[in-house]
Amino acid sequence: MTSRPLGALRVEKAGPLATLQDSGRFGVRRLGVTQGGPADLHAFAWANDLLGNAWQAAVLEVTLGGLILVAEQDTRLALCGADLSATLDGTPLSPWQAFTLPKGKALTFGTPVAGVRAYLAVSGGFNAEPVLGSLSCVTREGLGGHHGDGKPLATGDRIAVAREATSATGSHREVPPEERIDYRQPATLALMPGAQIADFSGESTFRAFHTDWTVDTRADRMGVRLAGPRLDCRLESMISEGIALGALQVPPDGQPIALLNDRQTIGGYPRLGTLTPMACSRLAQCQPGQQVRLRPVDVNRAQADYLRQFRRFWTAPASGQ
Amino acid sequence: MQDPRLENAGIDAWLVRLFERIDEANMPWLMALCDRCEQAFGEALVDLVPSYTTLLVHYRPQQLTASRARALLVDILADLAPDEAASTGETKEIPVWYDASVGPELVRLEYEKGLTRDEVIEIHSGHVYRVFALGFAPGFGFMGSVDPRLDTPRLATPRQRVPAGSVALAGRQTSAYPKVSPGGWNLLGRTPVTLFDPARERMSFLQVGDRVRFVAIGREAFERLGGDTTPVAAVQKVQS
Repeated sequence: MTSRPLGALRVEKAGPLATLQDSGRFGVRRLGVTQGGPADLHAFAWANDLLGNAWQAAVLEVTLGGLILVAEQDTRLALCGADLSATLDGTPLSPWQAFTLPKGKALTFGTPVAGVRAYLAVSGGFNAEPVLGSLSCVTREGLGGHHGDGKPLATGDRIAVAREATSATGSHREVPPEERIDYRQPATLALMPGAQIADFSGESTFRAFHTDWTVDTRADRMGVRLAGPRLDCRLESMISEGIALGALQVPPDGQPIALLNDRQTIGGYPRLGTLTPMACSRLAQCQPGQQVRLRPVDVNRAQADYLRQFRRFWTAPASGQ
Repeated sequence: MQDPRLENAGIDAWLVRLFERIDEANMPWLMALCDRCEQAFGEALVDLVPSYTTLLVHYRPQQLTASRARALLVDILADLAPDEAASTGETKEIPVWYDASVGPELVRLEYEKGLTRDEVIEIHSGHVYRVFALGFAPGFGFMGSVDPRLDTPRLATPRQRVPAGSVALAGRQTSAYPKVSPGGWNLLGRTPVTLFDPARERMSFLQVGDRVRFVAIGREAFERLGGDTTPVAAVQKVQS
């Protein structure tokens, strides 16, 4: 970089996992490169919107808390998604709002109260060298992030801010109440039935949509396992093929796995269908032990819902420019 | 080509199923389908994921409805013809140092298949393979088909750390690990070739549809080409 960034946040304590994520890495999946990007697209988009950022600007995805950041100058930020007991210079800070972190003060994340992943946006977006067109950090592939090498934030790191980060505002200071999600509630996840659904037994298809599934401890950015009754499919495995975001695959043990942003690009287990982007976002905020239900939805309806939900972000004027 | 099937894969993706079985003859059809999708979808195309028998087409829902995207694919499939240029594409060579220190399952193959070390190497390097898919990790090519005499299942317990460059075999498929990663394939040797480099123009040494020949080299040549001779066993110890 030729010009020195105007400011930065200093990492006092890294916590279990905090990574830079923009909307994702696209156009290279045929080389085996996964898409990355925010596990919760809804909270990610609102965090940028509160600051008038471009909707795909890079934000910090903070998983499970434990992170402490200190501002090197007055910095305008927005926090959306999980409630990770954040405090601003010692005062509790609830998510879904924009705020200013004064120079020298600390933003501290504690432990999860609701949800798993918080999204911290900075006015103008975080700055780093893109790798294959994206800043999204994929640790498994060693690509992206604030150093470009797929490493999550480490204590002592500085994360650069794209430009003057104190003036910008979005159309809202806070996310409207109806758009805030209480992640502690049981979730209903919309699923578009896929081509292999007919290969599952009738009983299994019924169970799939009438069971309170339990989110397993085996849950990360690659995928989330659901525990419940065994789903039987007459296809044990298939020839590997491309897997879309939200694909709900069922390995021979009959316990479904929803595949998320860092999934492998191809795979060979039969799939019940595909979760909608909102369902992926919602599932990514479930703590282990939480209950979810699956609800079938038609693809045209799901696409219309998605556009209604997200169109506002693409058309939002970048008022901070 | 049988009658293709279009399967929904989400609000922004269709999966085109062209074939039922793994066959090198699938590749010119799949390559042609990729080209036609690039032309027809243009800016609305996000990603293409070709694999053995299918193509996943990921498009921008901001620009195309699901039914419009499907209609585009139906039009393409109506007059799809195999891409003969792709079927006679360049052949790439992957030099391999076949040695038990970097390819411990050479011993397993000798023992289980009743072949000599030289026969195993000769059979593995004596075939021109086709890259059917890239996946598992960036630049990891699934290549086939391996001679039935070497057909060997994955390891019962995958390794935590397979060294970068490891040339491996599973069932009737072969590949090389672009970087250190967990993996359960049988290791036969190691290549000094950098298989994935985001700074390089095409990034991945292998592309779907490529033809690949493994060429046996000695330790000296392997080292001269920049190969790392650290034994697989030593790499495992670093982990634990």
